[in-house]
Amino acid sequence: MSARVLIVAEHDGAKLNVSTAKCVSCARALEGAEITVAVCAADPAAVAAQAAQLGGVARVLTVANPANTHAVAAVLAPQIVALAGPFSHVLGPSTTYGKDLMARIAGLLGAPQVSDIMAIESPTRFRRPVYAGNAILTVEAEAGVQVVGTVRMASFEAAQGGGSAAIEKAAVSAELPTHSRFISVSAAKTDRPDLQTARRVISGGRALGSAESFKILYSLADKLGAAVGASRAAVDAGYAANEMQVGQTGKIIAPELYVAVGISGAIQHLTGIKDARTIVAINKDGEAPIFEVADFGLVGDLFQIIPEIEKLVS
Amino acid sequence: MKRILVGIKRVVDFNVRIRVKPDGSGVVTDGVKMSVNPFDEIALEEALRIKERGGAGEVIVATVGPADTQQQLRSALAMGADRALHVQADGVIEPLVAARALLKLIEREQPFLVILGKQAIDDDNGQTGQVLAALWNRPQATYASKLELLSDTTARVTREVDAGLETLEVDLPAVITTDLRLNEPRYVKLPDIMKAKKKPLETLTLAALGVEQRQQLKLVRFEPPPQRQKGIRVKDAAELVEQLKKKGVL
Repeated sequence: MSARVLIVAEHDGAKLNVSTAKCVSCARALEGAEITVAVCAADPAAVAAQAAQLGGVARVLTVANPANTHAVAAVLAPQIVALAGPFSHVLGPSTTYGKDLMARIAGLLGAPQVSDIMAIESPTRFRRPVYAGNAILTVEAEAGVQVVGTVRMASFEAAQGGGSAAIEKAAVSAELPTHSRFISVSAAKTDRPDLQTARRVISGGRALGSAESFKILYSLADKLGAAVGASRAAVDAGYAANEMQVGQTGKIIAPELYVAVGISGAIQHLTGIKDARTIVAINKDGEAPIFEVADFGLVGDLFQIIPEIEKLVS
Repeated sequence: MKRILVGIKRVVDFNVRIRVKPDGSGVVTDGVKMSVNPFDEIALEEALRIKERGGAGEVIVATVGPADTQQQLRSALAMGADRALHVQADGVIEPLVAARALLKLIEREQPFLVILGKQAIDDDNGQTGQVLAALWNRPQATYASKLELLSDTTARVTREVDAGLETLEVDLPAVITTDLRLNEPRYVKLPDIMKAKKKPLETLTLAALGVEQRQQLKLVRFEPPPQRQKGIRVKDAAELVEQLKKKGVL
């Protein structure tokens, strides 16, 4: 029997997050999979139209409810569970949205969850990183058991457009809790590319020494069309915002170019960048572990080197 | 009495260099330092601070794990927990089993707040808090970087999400999972380690709680990750830019 996959869409009410297209790519690794995308929103029309265009998607199910104006896992989970019955796999992105939501869905279903799927080998066999990516684990579910999964974003390319899936309204009669209420979300508005999808990323570490010093990275990033990230140490020290953290507990990224500036390279950080195509390390300590994974290493004073690079690429 | 329940897990210490066993059956744990999962220490620290501010009367730590996990429970008692519950179980304990066991303890202890780490740094599953909240049919506030108790019945939680910081209001009781910046756990002092030896530690079993130790995902094989090729050192910014252009990434 071929797989029937339900993908839980991530969106902001107007725009489908690219994480959903990556989940579609993951699902397409299942031969002959029939892929359905579920869009829960206050008004799902615009997002559903975007999901319907993803290549490989057969059907988009929409659930309209004012309670879905903001994504609250406790509110969304019973709605997905109400749709999940006929599906062999229920997938969502391994973003904070998906990690929060999918495990609640798994709990309600009593189903096993495979977190951070990096490869699907068969409908029951999956590969995922454990121990901060220091081991790769293959897990096997029993045949015929419904599986919930979160999809590791750095392991899949976004599915291309060109699809024209049918959009259907789903009637969900699940009782929704009122015990969890969205209040606000605060994010620094930036014109720079999104850290998780940027082709180039420049990250700073503790050696930057201050939030003020991060400006030299922003300046270079703007020249290169790059996103700016940070190590945990830099975020803890208040030099950079939490959403900029790259690593095991921050964002796991796979840009074409990653430039680590003043980052020593703790294993927890390296976990977040292992899939980058090219890694550059700039650090005054030539013994720093970051040089072990760097394609190009440059030992020296970042406060001299970064402006020099900026001049060279201007 | 107002109680907070904190879940902890015994894991390979975060400083240990992980080595996969040659036969692929797991990672090397013989002679390796074991610790309380760092996110769970943050959970315990938060509970202790709430108690110290007068917001709770008792902090209970609970774990599901092998006999050796008592070492980590003693560490938690030394940090300041009042008593410990050890659900003894060997082998793989999946998040669903851990959550079912914790739910039984919740039914017994009636906490107004349950705090767990957002993920364990060994299996990196990041599920138990959410699964528990689902089974309990109560709110979850994951990835907390700030926790404020607004009243006896509500809490406001700041969450670290991909977009930035989200604020969520939840009715109590609720499950909170901790992110790194919620607090910095205290160091344990020697006299506290002595005192911890006298604190109550109760041992239970999954069977006694009526929880079946099912394993729904078979661990087929562990492998070391592919290693990146060691790169080259460049002498200055000019050579770096030249190399990157040559490689086609600039």
